[in-house]
Amino acid sequence: MKLTNEQQAMLDGKHGKATRKAMEILAALGTIYAAERMLPVTSAQIAGVSYENLGEAGLEFLSEMAENGGKARVLTTLNPAGMDIENWQALGISPDFAENQTRVLSAFAAMGIITTCTCTPYLSGNLPHFGEHIAWAESSAVCFANSIIGARTNREGGPSALAAALTGFTPGYGMHLDPERQPVVTVQVKARLADGGSGPRTHLFGALGRVIGEKLAASGLRPVPFIQGIEQASLEELKSFCASVATYGGTALFHMEGVTPESTSAAVPSAIIQITQPDLEAAIQALNDGTSAEVDFVSLGCPHLSLAEIDRLASLLEGKQVVKEFWITTSRPNKQVADRMGYTQVIEASGAKFAVDTCCVVAPIKGRFHTLATDSAKACYYAYAKNKFKTVFMPFDQVVEEALGRSAT
Amino acid sequence: MKLQGRTIYKGQVQGQALVTHMGISFFGGVDPETGVIVEKGHELEGQSVQGKVLVFPTGKGSTVGSYTLYRLKKSGAAPVGIINAECETITAVGCIIAEIPCIDHIPIEQIHSGAWLEIDGGDGYVKIHPFKSQ
Repeated sequence: MKLTNEQQAMLDGKHGKATRKAMEILAALGTIYAAERMLPVTSAQIAGVSYENLGEAGLEFLSEMAENGGKARVLTTLNPAGMDIENWQALGISPDFAENQTRVLSAFAAMGIITTCTCTPYLSGNLPHFGEHIAWAESSAVCFANSIIGARTNREGGPSALAAALTGFTPGYGMHLDPERQPVVTVQVKARLADGGSGPRTHLFGALGRVIGEKLAASGLRPVPFIQGIEQASLEELKSFCASVATYGGTALFHMEGVTPESTSAAVPSAIIQITQPDLEAAIQALNDGTSAEVDFVSLGCPHLSLAEIDRLASLLEGKQVVKEFWITTSRPNKQVADRMGYTQVIEASGAKFAVDTCCVVAPIKGRFHTLATDSAKACYYAYAKNKFKTVFMPFDQVVEEALGRSAT
Repeated sequence: MKLQGRTIYKGQVQGQALVTHMGISFFGGVDPETGVIVEKGHELEGQSVQGKVLVFPTGKGSTVGSYTLYRLKKSGAAPVGIINAECETITAVGCIIAEIPCIDHIPIEQIHSGAWLEIDGGDGYVKIHPFKSQ
């Protein structure tokens, strides 16, 4: 691959050891994936933030990069950490873990990275525009940025996203190139995305993401679908769908007719996958292997709750008391607005707990609970894969009822 | 015999080959302190990668696996070199941050465990000495 003089200087160590290491990573990835050149990025988002996942090895590497003078050259934010940075004690996190997690965040901060820890950077000040090249790592945010916004990013790993942050470049392959962004299969959604309730349909979009993701994975096709049959979708429903289709299908980009910006210019593929009502119902069933009686952990906020969702949650909890451990996961900026609006007070008065900066996928909660109730198909996947929890999958409003001990099921 | 491949990470090293035709997941699949492969059912389960030239088709599993290679290096339990048929992001990044010479695009079925290998990461080749030992 061809490097500019500036990029070559980085590789030669003229901008310090950390920048050199970063450029070595990018150059190797460029070689492996046959990139012709590096592209300048305007934004980075780094995964591998929770000490639970990083371990001592990851922490040592990050500390070394910080000590070697690494400095972010573009706006860079972080994925969720393993704990609420301000309120970890109330969530039962050990002091040892808290100390290690704090060291991780200090290393990132020393590199000029903004320590907003969220899987929804696009809701918290890290919002690229259409066509921009970026380097993001969180799989649900990658899917959202490519699909809903029309920005361009591969599914980066923690180190490659950090490397992009420290150099301002990413190798130009995959999702950065027009041909790779063309859909390869048309997905016709024939299932009804309604369940009779008037609340948010985040769970149905999550189940749909699972069906489409699994069918794409089984098809062996490049997982860039052109989706038809979605008449309307809210921000929160799309956020849920992105998380799920990325988890179950490895999808970094989809086009949705009438919804996403590149759907208007995409050629509709002749290969067709149909999604039927029984497909959707089977996915919902597959996400339920626990019962309401078994639920000892309730959570909303995978991906992190939006302000509209926090508002709704506050009105559902007002004047009531939860009877089960209930974690609300969101970003620090959203929590601060919730504080100002009085939502926090209402929610905490019910006994529900904010778990800010973190989430149920990356917090060290293995062994603490048995069965999780959630509206998130992604959370169900990791609840089992990481923590061996059973799951009860239900609509947003019903999850709240579950926490209140008033679930109908 | 000399096999020409592609540079992933530079450096010249020698060591005994440890070959598998199964993918390797460093995160969860290799003990970061001892280098012992712990993945259930893996054909190298129970064997250590420490000091070996590890030869496998391609990496798999969590991207956190890159950090496992770094940790192995810090623990003194890392392989001295890595040869892949097709290198992917996890292994490549792990080799770079841990500074383990690595090449790919090598027909790995021509390498057998126990052979003595000389890798030149920068020039992207491996020399195989079937019967030579240390």
